[in-house]
Amino acid sequence: MIEIQHLSKRFGKFQVLKDVSLSCGPGQCIALIGPNGCGKTTLIKSILGMVLPTSGSILFKGQDIAKDYHYRHQIGYMPQKGRYPDNMTIGQVIEMIKDIRGSKEALDEQLIEEFGLHDILEKRMRTLSGGTTQKVSASLAFLFNPDVLILDEPTAGLDPLAAEIFKEKIISEHQKGKLVFITSHLLSELDDLVTHVVMMQEGEIRFHMPTDALKASTNTSSLAKAITHVLKQDHVQ
Amino acid sequence: MFNKIQRFIVADILKNRIVLAYTLLLAVLAWSVFSLEDDSHKGVLTLLNIVLLTTPLVSIIFTTIYLYNSSEFIELLLSQPIRRTRIWTGLFFGLFFSLALAFIVGAGVPILLFVTGAKAIILLVMGILITAVFVALGFLCAIISRDKARGIGIAILLWLFFSLLFDGLVLFLLFQLSDYPIEKAMVGVSALNPIDLARIFIILQLDVSAMLGYTGAIFKDFFGSGLGAAIGFGLLCLWVMVPYLVSLRMFVRKDL
Repeated sequence: MIEIQHLSKRFGKFQVLKDVSLSCGPGQCIALIGPNGCGKTTLIKSILGMVLPTSGSILFKGQDIAKDYHYRHQIGYMPQKGRYPDNMTIGQVIEMIKDIRGSKEALDEQLIEEFGLHDILEKRMRTLSGGTTQKVSASLAFLFNPDVLILDEPTAGLDPLAAEIFKEKIISEHQKGKLVFITSHLLSELDDLVTHVVMMQEGEIRFHMPTDALKASTNTSSLAKAITHVLKQDHVQ
Repeated sequence: MFNKIQRFIVADILKNRIVLAYTLLLAVLAWSVFSLEDDSHKGVLTLLNIVLLTTPLVSIIFTTIYLYNSSEFIELLLSQPIRRTRIWTGLFFGLFFSLALAFIVGAGVPILLFVTGAKAIILLVMGILITAVFVALGFLCAIISRDKARGIGIAILLWLFFSLLFDGLVLFLLFQLSDYPIEKAMVGVSALNPIDLARIFIILQLDVSAMLGYTGAIFKDFFGSGLGAAIGFGLLCLWVMVPYLVSLRMFVRKDL
């Protein structure tokens, strides 16, 4: 579904992505992990067309994304830190994104309902707490039934209850055969969600493998332990 | 086609406290100037100086800060299926419409009530054009630097340059070169500053160009004619388009 071919990105002297190639199909739920500054966000932003690659290309369902922006109809993105115009209300923000998308298909308002956003549609964005803003971002990402979901640190600001609702939602969408990308530092949270792990290090992809295979090869029972195992091995060498 | 984004931006900005304060400030100034001066001529001159000081300042600073504060929001828009050029134009017209509206409501209403004829229209049009110029310059400031403090610094410097330093430089040149016939060149130099262009336009409308001495006569000769006025107007439009288009070009290629 998403095919990344020899992607490189350089910010001035700093090479953030080094010849990254990655292939992701539908029905995968991918955890994108790696230390701070390893290029995770840059990779995600390249897929979304926010960062323009120095070289290489990204194909979305066989189409080069550099040529046409319409592929973004099929992507739902939840940013790490959402911020919206101060004086808009939650309702207006949702209206605006609906308006921009101009989507005729049925909307998925499940998250808006379950997060209880319907009762606070009149609140201005400026007055919202970080967690509520995150809820708005999450609802927007899922609203248009996209085939691909890209979630950047999604659960960081959510309270336990909301995080649980959100995880349920990810699982149910994933089961519908959607491709889900999640970046997170909370490995324990990812454990029951993800099917594949992509580990990045210094702008390169260390490995991309199914979670089961990773656990088997490291002889561990959880994702967190498997990753620590890999990192420790590095340390020894 | 009417841009969807700008509608929402306008709705957002019109509720902004700073824009409300700006409208109120212009209104208080304009009403008091016209109530104090019996002669609407003098009133226009006083108001002109106030408008040419405050409008550029508020337009450029507000635009720059608004764009920096919208950076995450711009990212969200970028993740939607929408062309980059449309996001930027939406932001531009959103900011321009709301600041122009603030000007019309604040200063435009008293101008139309107290000043008669073409003068009122020209004063109004110049105010709106100056708003557009400095909104465009604000877009340039916000895209040039990633760092908010630096961007706002550049915006303040630009305002300072166009409203104070430029005139100082021109005066300096005038004295240094006073032995040469530079009056005609002055017309060209004035094109380099949008605020001066607007000022000349309005002063010529008031028939007080005699105050400007011999240079004023040349100005009158040039900008007083239909062609000169058209060129002056075109130059002001260029002052809007060039910074905006440069910023648009940079935005389309920018990594966010």
